This record gives sequence, structure tokens and C-alpha cells, in this order.
Amino acid sequence: MSTITADAGRPVVLEESVAAKILRVVGKTPVHIFLVAIGLLWLVPTLGLLVVSILAPQSFTELGWWKIFAHPSLATWQNYHEIFQNHQITSSLVTTLEIAVGGTVLPIIIAALAGYAFAWLDFPGRDWLFVVVIGLLVVPLQMALIPIFKLYNTLHLYGNVFGLILFHTAFGLPFAVFLLRNFFVGIPKDILESARIDGASEARIFLRLILPLGLPAIASLAIFQFLWTWNDLLVALVFGGNTRPITVAIFTQLRSFSANIDIIAPAAFISLAIPLAVFFAFQRYFVQGLLAGSVK
Amino acid sequence: MGGTSIAAEPPVPGAPQVAEPGRLRRYAVAGAFLAPAFVLLGVWILYPAIYTIVRSFFGQSGFDDFAGIDNYKTLFSTSAITTAIKNNAIWVAIVPALITALGLIFAVLTEKVSWAVAFKTVVFMPMAISLFAAGVIWRIMDRQEPQLGTVNAFVQVFHDMFHPPGALSDAVPSTTNVSGSTTEGFVLRKPLGAGGVALLGVTAIPPTDVPKSAVQAVAPKADPHGITGVVWRDFKPGGGTPGKVESQELGLPGVKVELRDSSGKTVQSATTASNGTFAFKDVPSGQYRAAIGASTFAKPFGGVSWLGSQLITPAIIIAYIWVWAGFAMVVIAAGLAAIPRDVLEAARTDGAGEWQVFRRVTVPLLAPVLSVVFITMIINVLKVFDIVLSVAPESSQADANVIALAMWRTAFTQFDFGLGSAIAVFLFVLVVPVLALNVRRFRREV
Repeated sequence: MSTITADAGRPVVLEESVAAKILRVVGKTPVHIFLVAIGLLWLVPTLGLLVVSILAPQSFTELGWWKIFAHPSLATWQNYHEIFQNHQITSSLVTTLEIAVGGTVLPIIIAALAGYAFAWLDFPGRDWLFVVVIGLLVVPLQMALIPIFKLYNTLHLYGNVFGLILFHTAFGLPFAVFLLRNFFVGIPKDILESARIDGASEARIFLRLILPLGLPAIASLAIFQFLWTWNDLLVALVFGGNTRPITVAIFTQLRSFSANIDIIAPAAFISLAIPLAVFFAFQRYFVQGLLAGSVK
Repeated sequence: MGGTSIAAEPPVPGAPQVAEPGRLRRYAVAGAFLAPAFVLLGVWILYPAIYTIVRSFFGQSGFDDFAGIDNYKTLFSTSAITTAIKNNAIWVAIVPALITALGLIFAVLTEKVSWAVAFKTVVFMPMAISLFAAGVIWRIMDRQEPQLGTVNAFVQVFHDMFHPPGALSDAVPSTTNVSGSTTEGFVLRKPLGAGGVALLGVTAIPPTDVPKSAVQAVAPKADPHGITGVVWRDFKPGGGTPGKVESQELGLPGVKVELRDSSGKTVQSATTASNGTFAFKDVPSGQYRAAIGASTFAKPFGGVSWLGSQLITPAIIIAYIWVWAGFAMVVIAAGLAAIPRDVLEAARTDGAGEWQVFRRVTVPLLAPVLSVVFITMIINVLKVFDIVLSVAPESSQADANVIALAMWRTAFTQFDFGLGSAIAVFLFVLVVPVLALNVRRFRREV
């Protein structure tokens, strides 16, 4: 009898678990379908720009870009070929890179110095001053456009890459100081104390200990600043003059959108391919920085 | 700096500061570390902010032209700026809530699938793209003609489901035997009985409107028990006789023909073949009229004018949500991951359904994270600028105006620094209370 019970019992248990499994998978199907649809919805626009950037301009005015999947022969590298011959565009890419690199390196150096002082040096009013620095996050950059425009005209920094870098640096500082100070505070005190007892100068401690140990926070910050400065339009529009990053170069073409699509689409695609590459390479740091404080 | 009283080490009473070179040296070192940041913050943020506030009380020509609060009066009475304020109000009312809600939905649902990382990467990707380039992308997506614009091609699928386009969108009767118009349909004047033949000639059809399957029209044979007929393009290149089916004249396929009784009720309907012929079989005795219904002339979907003045703000908002939903999702997902699993499990074992767990446990526990996302989005939305310039064509930019754009235009295309400063201060005043909430959060973390 006992063998029969066991034999009868087993398939029942098996059946139940299979049924439960099927139920679970079927129950999740709508979620899968919904998420796939959303994912496609999010992918299609960027794909559309990529396809438009390899279409001849007349194809753009006659056909939907998705027709390329039926007629792959519509694809042409002509637009990209021409855009790399276009001096305005190539020089604007160089300008963008200069602004982004300068606007990343400079605020990180300055914010790391200040962040170290706020975290580990002792001076009167330290906490109070730190709150003031964070408080400057409140000031929208629109508040500085007019006076800095006048200042740059006087100092001949108008139309100068360095002027743009300094502006980005200043407005990147409050967040950068906040992020780095909070990271540096977490560095174990013993390490610093023993270095000080060994007679290391503060400069040496900063260079040899703080910067290497703070690398994760610096990396997140670097990605943020790079994307922020690479993607800027407003600051360059106001102070750039003839020094045009890629966003401004595209902006000047927008007036006749369809006619200039052979410049606009590939230029826009190049302008977003680089931040996308940075994003994919350093996604982890990007998300970390985002979570550390999502205010800009 | 009156901070000495809260300094970490209380000064020894009566001890002169100068007498402690070690401390002074330490202060000097701290000063050296802080100096570059303070110079930049002072010259590029603090001084300009004060300057802009003061400047907002002076007229266009400069500091010799004190204007009191005139600029602020102008701000609220200039239609371009009030439009901007209204639009920004719409932005603030809709966008932060929508983005937070979407972020929450995505974050919760991705927890249930094994390919969450792939999904998150795709949705988060637009965050790396500039708002300006995102705007260019959506300007391409938003083109009006459904055969060109992706959004409208998508809308067309649903539109055609409910309002299918007719076989013809334009036509007029070729003879006076047929009366009517494209809006009410065409009717053959002469009533017919069984055995009758209906010749429904129409003309003024552009060649592009002729269905591709159309072939030479054929005059139908009479059927003693039914009514037969033909709908054809009664136009022969080089001239012909109206009302007569001739060679080189094409039948019009896919046209719905109705047979109406004397009270006007449709008793039968038929669709024309590729040579234009149709037939109503077994018609009871009586008098009938043959007619082409108005649905045949229903205009095809012409596309929603996303970039026109009416819908430009919703169009920009869609693009903006596409960029920022990923941000909300990632931040909320991190908050979700921090919720202890056993809290959710406990609720489930207590018999709570998934919805109840979500509503009663997950959302309340996520409240702090949701408010961070919401507040951050309010600030971002108040400062929205680039994406408006790239989505909106010049013709509808006035309707899409926002405060930051109005500020830039006033200050740097009209060079009215007084009014421009006032707009900047206005934006500042809007942002301060919102950001103050966030700074409070920062201080708690410090």
C-alpha cells in the first residue's frame, strides 16, 4: 500500500509545481509585453535619428525613415563623408571637446581641494561655510548670464573657450564640493592621522591619499561634469560668440530644418554618440553619482 | 565670518590669537585649499546674483535709469512672458508627477523580470543625450505627414482602425444623372427596379487617388432578378462621352455602393470589383436608388500637427519625459532595492494581494525617494530651455515659450538687461523654495 501512495503522491506534487510555474510565467506575460513595448518606444527615436543621418536629404523629404528596412540601398555614407569635410562642424567638435575636458578637469581639482578642507582641515566657521556653498545650488545660472556677459566683454573672455570653462566650473562647484566632501569624510581617520604623525604635509596627504582613495567619487563627478558640459547649449549660446560647440553649430542650422537635415542629423548623432559611449563605459559611476544627490 | 563661536575647538579665554602660530598656519593651509573655489563661487555666482537683483530695478539703458519695480510690471504684462509663465505652470503641473509615476511603474515592474538591466539601460540611455539633441530627434519623430513622421504613423494605425479612409477622397459626378457631393454621398437620380443597370460615373479624381488595382471599366449586364451597375472614372484622355463606359476608362474598385428603398433606408450594400462593377442580387419588386455612401470619400488621416502652435507644448513634454523617465526609474529602483524584502514578504504572508502590497507597503516606504524625484523634476522643469529651442520650429516657438527661453530672448536677442534681469530673478524666486527643501535634505545627510 505504501508504494502506491508514494507513486500516487509524486505525480500530484509534480503536476502542482508545473502548474504553478506555468501560472507564474503566464501571469507575468503582460508585464513582459508591456516592458518590451516600452523598451521599443524608448529605442525607436534614437534609431530614427541614426537612420535619418544615413539617408540622402531627398529621401528624408519623401519617405519615412523606417522604409530603409525595406530598401537598404537608401543608406549612404555621403552625409558623414561631407560632415567631416565641413570645417564648421569639425572645428565645433574640437571646441566641444575642449570645453568638456576643461569643464571636467578644472572643477574636479578645485572641488577636491575644497572638499578636503571641508572634510579634514580645521578652521573657524567650517560647517557654516559648507552650508553656504551648498546653498549656492539654489542660484539658477540665468542669474549670472547678464553680469558675466558684461564681465567677459571687459576681460575679453567673450568668445573664448576658457571663459566657457570657467563658467561651467563655477556652476559645477557647489554640487562637486558637496559630493566630494561627503565622500572624503568617509575615509578612515586613522589613515590620515598616521600620515600626519609621519610628518606628511597637507598637500602631500591630499595628493597621495585623498585623491587615490576618492577615485570612485571623482569618477562619478567626472562623468557628470563631462556630460553636463558636452551637452550644454545655453552657456555657449550666450558667451561663445564665434566659438561654437556642436550644440550651437546645430542650432544655427535649425531654421531650415528639412533643407539642412543632411547636416543636422549626422551632427546630432555624433554629438550624442560620444556621451552615449561615455555612459556605456562608465554607467556604474554615472548611476552612483546620480544617487548621491540628484540636484543640478 | 562670525563662526568662531561654533568652531570645533573653543578658543582659550584671553589667549591672543597671534600667539598661536600653529593654528594660524593651519588656517592659512585651509585658506589655500579653499581659495580657488571661493574665488570662482564669489566672482561667477555670488557677485552676479547680487548684480542681477540690483540690475532688475533699472531700465534698459543702465544704472542711470532707475525704474523701481517697472520691469516686474512689464514682466507680468508682456504677452510673450505671460505665455511663458503659463506654459511653465503647465509643465510644473504635469511633468514632475508624470515622470515620477512612470519611474515608479517601471521600477516596480522591472523587479519582476530577469532582463531588468537591459530594460533599465534602454530607458536610462536618453539621460546621457543632451536635451537639445533629444529635441532634434523628436522634431524628426513629430513630422506631420503620417508617411514621414513616426508618431503620426503610429497614430494612423489606431485612427484607421476606427475611421478607415475611403477608397476615394475627391470626386464629382460626371453627369447630371448622378447628384450629391463627397460629404453626403452620390445618388443616381433615376429610381431602378429589378433588371436595372446603374451607371455611376464620377470624375475629377487625381490619378494618385485611383486605387492601384483598378482595371478597364466594364458596362455590366442586366440581371432580371437584381440590380447591377458600375462605378468608374468617367474620364477619357483626349475626350469622350460623359455617362458612357469607354475604353481607357478605369473601374473604381473598393467603392461601397448602397441600395436604398423609397424611404431612404439602405437595404443592400455591395463593394465594387476591380473593373468597377457591382451587383445586388434578388431585389424584391419596387423602386430603389443606387448610391455611393459618403464613407467612400472619407479623407485619409492627415496627421496630427504636433509641431503646430496648438500642440507644441505637449509635443515638447513628450520628448522631455522620454529623456527624464529613466532618471526617475533608476533613483526609485535604488530606493526599492533598499526596502527590506521581509517587510514585503510579511505583508504577502498576511494575505495582501500584489496591489495592496504596492499601495500600502511599497509606496509609503518609498515616499522619501519619490519626493526627491518629484522635487528634482520641478526644479528641472522650471529651468527647461534647450529642448524647447530644438523641438519647436520658429513658427510655433512663441506658443512654446518658457521662462528660461523668455529670459534669454529678452536679454540676448533684444538686449534688454533690465527686464532680462527681472525674469532671471523671477525664476530664482520660483526655484528657491523648491530647492530649499532639497538643501534641507542635504544638511540632514551632512
